[in-house]
Amino acid sequence: MRKVMTGHKAVAEAMRQIEPNVMAVYPITPQSEIAEYYAEYVHNGKVKTELVPVESEHSAMSACVGAAAAGGRVMTATASQGLALMVEILYIAASMRLPIGMALANRALSGPINIHCDHSDAYLARDCGAIQVFAESAQEAYDYTLLAQRLAERDQVRLPAIVNLDGFTLTHSVQVVEPLDDERAKKFVGEYTPVYPLLDVENPSTWGPFAMPDYYFELKRAQVAAMEAVPEAFLEVQKEYEQATGRAYRGFFEGYRLEDADRVLVVMGSTGGTAKVAVDELRAAGEKVGLLKVWLYRPFPYAAIADALAHVKQVAVLDRAVSFGAYGALYSDVATAFMHRERRPRLANYIYGLGGRDTTPEHLTRVLSEMKDAGPDEGLRYIGLRE
Amino acid sequence: MKEIRWHGRGGQGAKTVSQILAQINLREGKHVQSFPEYGPERSGAPVRAFNRIADEEIRIHSGVYKPSAAVVVDESLLDTENPAEGLKEDGTLIVNTKCSADEIRSRTGFTGTIVVLDANKIADDAGTGFPNIPMLGAVAASLGSELQVVEDEVRETMGGKLSKEILDKNLVALRGGYEAGKGVQVGS
Repeated sequence: MRKVMTGHKAVAEAMRQIEPNVMAVYPITPQSEIAEYYAEYVHNGKVKTELVPVESEHSAMSACVGAAAAGGRVMTATASQGLALMVEILYIAASMRLPIGMALANRALSGPINIHCDHSDAYLARDCGAIQVFAESAQEAYDYTLLAQRLAERDQVRLPAIVNLDGFTLTHSVQVVEPLDDERAKKFVGEYTPVYPLLDVENPSTWGPFAMPDYYFELKRAQVAAMEAVPEAFLEVQKEYEQATGRAYRGFFEGYRLEDADRVLVVMGSTGGTAKVAVDELRAAGEKVGLLKVWLYRPFPYAAIADALAHVKQVAVLDRAVSFGAYGALYSDVATAFMHRERRPRLANYIYGLGGRDTTPEHLTRVLSEMKDAGPDEGLRYIGLRE
Repeated sequence: MKEIRWHGRGGQGAKTVSQILAQINLREGKHVQSFPEYGPERSGAPVRAFNRIADEEIRIHSGVYKPSAAVVVDESLLDTENPAEGLKEDGTLIVNTKCSADEIRSRTGFTGTIVVLDANKIADDAGTGFPNIPMLGAVAASLGSELQVVEDEVRETMGGKLSKEILDKNLVALRGGYEAGKGVQVGS
């Protein structure tokens, strides 16, 4: 049934249906309402989850690690500075192969302090070993919360999974969402079976031991193998979701009017929706433009993206965060995807939307239009910036 | 697609009625968005909220700059900002005021349709004291929503939180506002 709800509520509903054994969380704008809704579910007996209201995000992730190692299904949610505080432990969660589910309400990192959206928090956690997925809408945030948990818990994967949703733009805005009924959602996510749980005292196991030069490297290689298993598992989980619900998410990214496009935008998050409006406008004027909107950001689907853009003449990659002293992180990934290809589109890198700066369809039609005449491109370009 | 911009002050419930409007439009089978502007959240500070209403899926996620209608829940905002700014020339300006439409026209310079209603008085007469509900009624009427659908949604949204007595008073206030917005057509 179609309902109107905020992105917060959509994610909280998916979490209620997943019903983790433990949810350890500390409130931070713009994530707080996810934690508040969940606390309400716990209080009203709608879930049997042990809610751990910790004193910081560092403790939240630490509690998640402990609970997941004990054998529980575990989730949390955070944003910006909260994620920054978690990152130390998030690396450990990934190395311990703990499938902790996390909603990340994207918010710019300080300073200066700001509460609005950009992707600097997601980029901060880029190399930690967690899966990262980006949602365009509250509906996608709902669907991918369910999908990502199933993905994270698959045997060959067992990694933390972050579902990114743009702070305020998605978290606080009321949109149309069609949640699944509880039975269907629960059946899709399934029961969680931990491996080597600490609480299995008959079969004691060691977690988080010291690893010296003789083993550290091999353990990291094992983590790489887990990440390498994600793309195939991601497609399988999408297929399972489609079979269980009739909702078709197919592939690592969404191509929008991409098949015959000469000029293409590559984006992540809610700007994907705004970009569709821009693409439609220019298509109506007969221009061959398109969009590639990334869902799976980590692991990055290099080959699939290079294949999908192989026919394109010009690509503008839009990064919603600065990687100081470097090109944008998404741009660097897209550029790497073409490294060994004979035929490459011309690439340009745009920085946009920092600290919640609004990006309109007009901004994006301008980018698509100026690409047409652009020469070889070096350095960063900016959207909607006063200079 | 129609875009609505609400101008209120923190605590007056502009964001709340923006959300109720979205629920009304959903009942009508529309696609909707409702979102507030996120400045400092404090009682009395100017706040804005926005609605988008369309027959097809709404994909845009940027702000609203050229609304089809602007709704002024608090008249004092006319002194500090111009709610007609960016409003489409053939748009609709709906103001909670004791003034006439002509007076509002001269104060704002807006040349399109102006609807005035004394939402404070409607709310006071109904015994609720909050102008947001009559304003919701006026906006829903000007968007062409059926009174029954509007009432059903308000009953469902507010019924759980209010006593029957207070709910009934709100419905009286809602109908008072709805009357004021009847006959107006907000374009896309």
